[in-house]
Amino acid sequence: MTQVQVSNMEVVEKKGIIPERYRGFIQQGMVLITLVLLAVFFSFMRPSFISWDNISQLLLASVVTAIQAIGLTFVIATGGIDLTPGMGMAATSVIAGLLMSSFGLPIWVGVLGGVLAGALLGLINGTLIAYVKMQPMIATLAMMMVCWGAGLVLAGGKTVSLRDVGGYNAIAMGEPFIPGLKNAVLILLLLAIIAGVVMNKTVVGRYALAIGSNKEATRISGINTPRWEVLAYVICGAFTGISGILMSSRLSSANPTLGQGYEMYAIAAAVIGGTSLRGGRASVFGAVIGAVTIQTIFNGLTVMGVQDQWQKVVLGIVVLVAVFVDIMRRGGKEE
Amino acid sequence: MTVTSLEVDATRSKAGDVLLEARRITKVFPGVKALENVDFVLRAGQVHALCGENGAGKSTLMKIIAGLYQPDGGELLLGGKPTTISNPLQAHQLGISVIHQEFFLMNHLSVAQNIFIGREPKVFGGLTDDRSLNAKAQELLDRLGVPIDPRTQVGRLSVAAQQMVEIAKALSFDSHILIMDEPTAALTAAEVQTLFRIIRNFRTEKTAVVYISHRMEEIKEICDQITVLRDGQFVDSKPAAELEISDVIQLMVGRKLQAGLRPEPKAKTEPVLEVEGLSTAALLKNVSFELRKGEILGFAGLMGAGRTETARALVGADPKTAGTVKAFGKVANIDKPADAVRMGIGYLSEDRKRFGLILGQSVTANIALTSLPRFLKFGLLDDAKMAEAARRHVQALDIKTPSVRQILRNLSGGNMQKVVLAKWLERDCDILIFDEPTRGIDVGAKQEIYDLLKRLADSGKSIIMISSELEEVLRMSDRIVVMCDGRITGVMENAAATSENIMELATQFRNPESEESA
Repeated sequence: MTQVQVSNMEVVEKKGIIPERYRGFIQQGMVLITLVLLAVFFSFMRPSFISWDNISQLLLASVVTAIQAIGLTFVIATGGIDLTPGMGMAATSVIAGLLMSSFGLPIWVGVLGGVLAGALLGLINGTLIAYVKMQPMIATLAMMMVCWGAGLVLAGGKTVSLRDVGGYNAIAMGEPFIPGLKNAVLILLLLAIIAGVVMNKTVVGRYALAIGSNKEATRISGINTPRWEVLAYVICGAFTGISGILMSSRLSSANPTLGQGYEMYAIAAAVIGGTSLRGGRASVFGAVIGAVTIQTIFNGLTVMGVQDQWQKVVLGIVVLVAVFVDIMRRGGKEE
Repeated sequence: MTVTSLEVDATRSKAGDVLLEARRITKVFPGVKALENVDFVLRAGQVHALCGENGAGKSTLMKIIAGLYQPDGGELLLGGKPTTISNPLQAHQLGISVIHQEFFLMNHLSVAQNIFIGREPKVFGGLTDDRSLNAKAQELLDRLGVPIDPRTQVGRLSVAAQQMVEIAKALSFDSHILIMDEPTAALTAAEVQTLFRIIRNFRTEKTAVVYISHRMEEIKEICDQITVLRDGQFVDSKPAAELEISDVIQLMVGRKLQAGLRPEPKAKTEPVLEVEGLSTAALLKNVSFELRKGEILGFAGLMGAGRTETARALVGADPKTAGTVKAFGKVANIDKPADAVRMGIGYLSEDRKRFGLILGQSVTANIALTSLPRFLKFGLLDDAKMAEAARRHVQALDIKTPSVRQILRNLSGGNMQKVVLAKWLERDCDILIFDEPTRGIDVGAKQEIYDLLKRLADSGKSIIMISSELEEVLRMSDRIVVMCDGRITGVMENAAATSENIMELATQFRNPESEESA
């Protein structure tokens, strides 16, 4: 088997002008360009949009959705879905809040407790899906309800105030370097980099994408697919927990109802960022840009004086466009 | 394509040690004995063809060797030692790799990532080392001599290139047994030659290839030894040089059908369906035939020959790229199944549980399903009228069910088949296309289905019967259409048909040299 011979085989069926190694990069660039165009448009309509004040507000407001979307990206990569992030955020923030306020435990215990609670939600979701073979949509919808109720029960139906927990607010709202650039944004940046490395440079991401591409082939290749599927949900849950910490820190309170609909924003962010809901293709960077894009649309429309209700309609249309672009990019074919 | 015997001898090595031996392997599936005491001996240095009709047991045997199935009897010996292969990964580790017809690849991952999945080189205690991953993959691809960039996403590769990736993966495991299931089914002539070059390179004094194929010409070109299975049993194993293509076909079909069971010739009637130049993007090329009133037209061919595809394109279930259909003398524009139903053409899918029936509903509901508008009373469904129609069919077709209210899931396969038929009869279909009408039906019920088909034909219905069982085709069909590779390779009267000439037509693959002009 040492013979080398140029074969007459046709190698690539779907040719393109973009070289293979830059392909993913260019697709990511498209999302970023869309965001920039949106920003230019809003600045043109209302110059106040481009002020540092507004931009720092916008970034801060993107953090929760961006972090949930990053976690969700791992789940969607496997071809699954997780509806827990929204109410999971509410429940984990209540758990973290109670640890600190009612039990008077140190902040780090509260933070750790919140993140672990989130990871536990993910572990349960993942186990139900990968081992008990429940449909991801159903299992996580049920978990969303459980979180919703559990948050209310634990918090006794009212908001847990964290004003007296000294220094907790600074986790999200501190400005260590530049005025207006909040800690929350820096934390997001750090987590995005870590998640990006895990997705692209470790077997965690590789196997998640492999499962999303072809679960049976992955299993036949000797990969313990259920275990890696569970891990994807655990990651998603942990990020949900982190979003709960940042949300409650920002507001200095843990509200057991605050989170409704956030899972939809997170899913939308991932989709806008180029993650395929069919699985197999996922982008952490895209999820962050997607979240910022969503917030830009909300923020920009608010600055322009468009009513809140209409903003949701616009967001819905944006998601449809993103999915449509995705279908067009694949030439209308299933990958 | 033809290789002189001198060249053959030069490229073929002497038969070496026994690498793998299957002894008296038996495998039983519910209702079917897929393999019965099958022996198979694979020696080093061989490209070993495994031949047989549809359902002869080739794939089952290979799946047992690949660890996908466990045998119910017999034993496997690897290098002389009895071995249990309990899963595909273990087969890999034992040096057995299978290139399935359906590739097991992750489309979104790169070529290199696919080859080394589960065995990624790592740096800095956890990060995947893509540089050395790509280099190792490049090395394998260079050994194969195929110009594939290991960074390419597999989903963007042609079928031939994807197959090369599978072979590269096999090489990466240092496999010494390579099993290929219909490897050339989707390749062009030039690609087939590339594949053969790689197979010849792979075959050494320590390795062997099992080559499953229906393509006799290719088997003669590339294989050293031929083993034939029939109905799950070992028939013969001989050096390829000692067998002519006609000998192999003879071994494959074997049995003779008693003359008395063949249908009597019928008087020629007028055509009710005329199909002209039917083609699809995927497979069918210029398929033309006619169906005459009151006849049973059998469609024979191997798996993937395009028989089901013809039926599906005909009834508008799949898009066609060319072709006209005339039904009852008039041009019929059939773009979707509803059009076909309106023309009185009913298609009974080979997979009735998926495409033919609603298992969770009653016999009545299933029979009435396609004819609901005629059961309306003041805009509402008239249950009594539906039940009455259902009872009429249950009686006429002798459907064995305690009541028309019975949920379909509880019926036997044969009775389910009758319910599908009743559904189309209720819709006044005069042309019925049966796709594998007796698949999954036990022997006694088969006879009943046969009688029913005959009765329908005698009563003036026109029937197309697609069947993979030669015997069934021969005993049922007034005329027989044989397909291969998306084309019709022959049409004949029953009297002129034999197992052998059908099998010859069914394996008449296009001459690769003339393919470009086709």
